[in-house]
Amino acid sequence: MAQHKINYLQEAGLPVALTTVDKLVQWGRSNSLWPLTYGLACCAIEMMATGASRYDFDRFGTIFRASPRQADVIVIAGTLTKKHAPFMRRLYDQMPDPKWVISMGSCANTGGMFNTYATVQGADRIVPVDIYLPGCAPRPETLQYALMLLQKKIRTEKASRRLEPKRLV
Amino acid sequence: MQKVNRLKPFFENVVFEREDNHMIVNFGPQHPSSHGQLRLILELDGEKVSKATPDIGYLHRGMEKMAENMIYNEFLPTTDRMDYIAASANNYGFALAVETLIGLEVPRRAKVIRMMLLELNRISSHLFWLATHALDVGAMTIFLYAFREREYTLDLIEDYCGARLTHSSVRIGGVPLDLPKGWIEGLNKFINHLPIDIADYEGLLDQNRIWKMRLEDVGVVTPEQAQSWGCSGPMLRGSGIAWDIRKEEPYELYDEVEFDVPVSTTCDSYGRYKLHMEEMRQSVRILKQLIPMYAQTSPEIIAHAPQYISAPKEQIMTQNYSLMQHFVLVTQGMRPPVGEVYVATESPKGELGFYINSQGDPYPYRLKLRTPSFFHTAFLQELLVGEYLADVVAIIGNANIVFGEIDR
Amino acid sequence: MMRSYSDKQNVQKKPYYSDRFWVAPQISKEAAKSDAIFASDLAVLKAKFEIKEAYIQKGQLVVYIDPKDNVSVLQTLRDELSYNFLSEHSAIDWLAKSGEFEIFYQLLSTSKRKRLRIKCFIKEKEILKSVTDLYNSANWAEREMYDMFGVIISGHPYMKRLLMPDDWYDHPLRKTYPLHGDEVAQWYEIDKIFGKEYRDIIGPEERDSARVDVNDTYRFAHINHEVPFGAEPSSEKTVTDYQEEGGVFIVKKLKKEDAKIVKERY
Repeated sequence: MAQHKINYLQEAGLPVALTTVDKLVQWGRSNSLWPLTYGLACCAIEMMATGASRYDFDRFGTIFRASPRQADVIVIAGTLTKKHAPFMRRLYDQMPDPKWVISMGSCANTGGMFNTYATVQGADRIVPVDIYLPGCAPRPETLQYALMLLQKKIRTEKASRRLEPKRLV
Repeated sequence: MQKVNRLKPFFENVVFEREDNHMIVNFGPQHPSSHGQLRLILELDGEKVSKATPDIGYLHRGMEKMAENMIYNEFLPTTDRMDYIAASANNYGFALAVETLIGLEVPRRAKVIRMMLLELNRISSHLFWLATHALDVGAMTIFLYAFREREYTLDLIEDYCGARLTHSSVRIGGVPLDLPKGWIEGLNKFINHLPIDIADYEGLLDQNRIWKMRLEDVGVVTPEQAQSWGCSGPMLRGSGIAWDIRKEEPYELYDEVEFDVPVSTTCDSYGRYKLHMEEMRQSVRILKQLIPMYAQTSPEIIAHAPQYISAPKEQIMTQNYSLMQHFVLVTQGMRPPVGEVYVATESPKGELGFYINSQGDPYPYRLKLRTPSFFHTAFLQELLVGEYLADVVAIIGNANIVFGEIDR
Repeated sequence: MMRSYSDKQNVQKKPYYSDRFWVAPQISKEAAKSDAIFASDLAVLKAKFEIKEAYIQKGQLVVYIDPKDNVSVLQTLRDELSYNFLSEHSAIDWLAKSGEFEIFYQLLSTSKRKRLRIKCFIKEKEILKSVTDLYNSANWAEREMYDMFGVIISGHPYMKRLLMPDDWYDHPLRKTYPLHGDEVAQWYEIDKIFGKEYRDIIGPEERDSARVDVNDTYRFAHINHEVPFGAEPSSEKTVTDYQEEGGVFIVKKLKKEDAKIVKERY
């Protein structure tokens, strides 16, 4: 196919943009955050509503992926119970770096109203969390805002940063 | 700090290698189509399921234990988190159980408002069921359409109680608020348009070749199975047993409104789909009758029982004795009589029952939540056997299970 | 200093104040013969089994039976008296009072439109016969009952914990089990994921909902003024609309003025 090679530098070709590698990489990362289809409880319904017609999550470049291997961000949407915690940790471990975690709703943040024997008192005991979302359940606007904040955070990061373990608790 | 991948797979004595043609598939607890945290251990013979073992408890939050440590009013918001797709139905079931326990008659306007909320919740729940079920089967368009309509029901509920998902819109003894201005007009608009939307969905699905192939003769529930496994709601009516608690043991004003109980005799998933659609139409019909009823009621919205129920807000703010009562009821809680009740209501998923054993304390001695999805999920171990692996997702979606109320 | 005595038999929350002279009223119990259908049902049961007590409460017949008869009583009710649904089946913990569990079976007859409750008392270690052969809905109800109370069931096809993990210690709905869980429960996920040696690093659970932390002022984000963890709050507004300086490669900038806002649906 060599004869069809396009000369980008000729007139009417694609424009050439000059930027730093960091910026380019983080621009790409922040605008194609793929969350994992991972619903735990009530907040998952709001997460679905965010992805559905009125709120349209795809505007942010988020496409829900069913496999952790393809996901960049995991939204812990709902109550994390002690029985489920090992599975949650495994899903997190299966995600490729770089990865981010949004803890959605009071239950995932602190255990919330379920101060009982069966619930994990805050998902940050299990995985490092980037954004905590208040509310029970947070509205879809809140999740969108959280995603925007996460994008903002990603853009300020260095693309070449060493992948240090994040703060836990 | 942490050792990554320290976790070893935990498969509970499941042997994956087998000599014969069998294969074991672990489905869940995180699976996009498991409607929550259902884990199924499926034994496959070729492509057919020869044994299914559902495993639940991944969302068990100890609600019954919480109830034993809470005064009755405190527990009401917790019921929101059971069937979080139709939260008002749970609030209502609990409120009705406590009202039966203390023997309370609710004012007529509160009854009308409650019924409106219940039917809106039913519509919202069925729309959600249709959306997720269709998505599982592969019809993405329906998902987007049904969620669009669902947002309008949530708008109405939000106008009334301020919350989209966790409503707490029913109080023991009545409802907290009267309908806001312009709400009835909004409701009118919505219910006038909904039948057109339902017709749209049916236009897309009813004769759709893929939809029919995926649903017809899949997940057949015989009436004997439905009775033995304790099915209720659409799962029961989908097997030809006309049992709707709203009709047979009427609560609130369901004996004053006219509605039909749709029954499907085909016993398969397609029949249950038609039944859900018809139930939405019947809910619209009930709502249409409730609007003129609302106008005829007097403005009381909460029962007068100072021993158990706080007075309306206005009275608390203006009258000293009501304030004192309110203080006692909030700090100590009401003390219902000694005894036990089991009250069942028809939630969108089926028979939602609250068993309360009261020893005269402000805390219930035992509160058992009888939730329909729990029994429907138990039924999966028999229902899935003999079905194709590809149909497992369709059957789970069709059974309309919600994990908040299965695990509690 | 002496530690104050607290009852370990029942660790549930207690009312902090009770009037000494207050007597709790009772829900009235009517005689079973006040309802014709219930009276005839009870007569059939009485002819066959030992009935300890029977009354109607809130429109439902409550029958106390001997725990040994549970299967045969339910068999009679299902086959002869057409109680076709077992809608609920669970236990109540009376271990502190009498060392017994109260078992109840909530039945429904769709043809008679009646609900009936069969109850019996069993001792803590006594074995209860399973009724899964009669009603499949008892399958999970019994598993849940074993999980939550430790009631021992015989003849169940697959007796295993249902809601709690298999390696869970104790039965959570017993009155002796604290709401916040025992030590095993509180460290369960840490032990399982990281190992016991990580308990010190991760620290105990924070379960006091009334705890006030001074750092909360800083560590909680101020809406629209979010800052990184631990930083001082800032008065600068968070910019969330994404815009690279000088525009982005290919992407056109959205002007809010040009956006069309739909106010009305229909």
